[in-house]
Amino acid sequence: MVARRRSIGDLLAGHPFFADLPDRDLELIAGCGRNEVFRPGQLLFREGDPADWFYVIRRGRIALGIGVPGREDLIIDTLGPGEVLGWSWLFPPHVWTMDARALDTVHAIALDGVCLRGKCDEDPVLGYSLARRFAGILSDRLAATRLRLLDVYRAQSRG
Amino acid sequence: MTPLPYRVTAKRRETPDTWTLDLEPVSEPIATPRPGQFTMLYAFGRGEIPISVSGLPGDGAPLRHTIRAVGNVSEALCDLAPGDGLGVRGPFGTCWGLDGAEGRDVVIMAGGIGLAPLRPAIEHVLVHRDSYGRFAVLVGCRTPGDLLYAGQLESWRGRFDVEVEVTVDSADPGWHGDVGVVTSLLPRIPVDPDNIAVMMCGPEVMMRFGARAMVERGVAEVDIEVSTERNMKCAIGHCGHCQLGPKFICADGPVFPLSQVGPLLAVRSL
Repeated sequence: MVARRRSIGDLLAGHPFFADLPDRDLELIAGCGRNEVFRPGQLLFREGDPADWFYVIRRGRIALGIGVPGREDLIIDTLGPGEVLGWSWLFPPHVWTMDARALDTVHAIALDGVCLRGKCDEDPVLGYSLARRFAGILSDRLAATRLRLLDVYRAQSRG
Repeated sequence: MTPLPYRVTAKRRETPDTWTLDLEPVSEPIATPRPGQFTMLYAFGRGEIPISVSGLPGDGAPLRHTIRAVGNVSEALCDLAPGDGLGVRGPFGTCWGLDGAEGRDVVIMAGGIGLAPLRPAIEHVLVHRDSYGRFAVLVGCRTPGDLLYAGQLESWRGRFDVEVEVTVDSADPGWHGDVGVVTSLLPRIPVDPDNIAVMMCGPEVMMRFGARAMVERGVAEVDIEVSTERNMKCAIGHCGHCQLGPKFICADGPVFPLSQVGPLLAVRSL
């Protein structure tokens, strides 16, 4: 029996980020996508690079890091299967604000932000649907960042 | 409630400011603690503080406490060497609802030093593995260097019958694990709201966020236990130092169902 090769649309349909998106929208989005595989340690992008793509992670994990003068880079987040990497493609000036590096072998669908922005401009319903999904990610990560700002594990003087 | 004399038999550094002490009674032992309970440890000439039991005595194992040096007494306890003496009172307080959790999935969420009082519960579930459903241990801490019981976490992770996930708030590139808040680990584990017991210990803010995330996934507050902490002194509910609204943490707690203390934890002045 020969396994059927799954299309980008099939893969997107099975990803939580695109859950419940109509087939027509999935098809439109899939038209801007391609499969990518990153080796362990491979840099996906660096802070300051143009943010023309974003990544739908299928397998493997990606570390987000920031360069800190005088010390090793600091990893501030990791993302894995079921998550989406990158929203800078959506907002001007479309530049990455941190580095992303594969921690292990990463299978992802790369989506062309320029292509997708064009389709969203032509189809505001699709644009709104995608913007809502990215707003959800932004909200979750903002909440997580606030929690970390509290530095709750820091030792507090007591008995 | 006189402290019983104990002796340090071994000492391990867990993190730069945290030590685990193995203790043996000089003569009479305290009653055997249950997972989640605490004792009052007395550093002679310095004072007494509540410390959760991080390892139960029995079958050749010593009574264990993991102590973070954050004050006068805890620093004195962490300075003890094998052979040194200290006083132990207890055990005190409520324990994790491990009996009630039998037959159900168990999720343990620990933050920082909060893993210490949960370790006996984890060990209990692993020893009685057939009595429980799916088992997940989620651990968060500040940096990889602040991770408690790293070797033990690795060996638990090597088993096929427990899911162990660890995340840190930030890390250097040498760390290949997860980075993010401990609640970010929750989506990875399956949750059957009708058949689950959740046990949490860590900074109160972490537990609030963790509990909220579990409630959003349909888990009832009565099925979420949290271990609370206040300024415990007498440990028997008399002095009032550890009062949280109508509760005394030392006697009514430290382990409570969220349904009992959730609203109290949200009151800023308590």
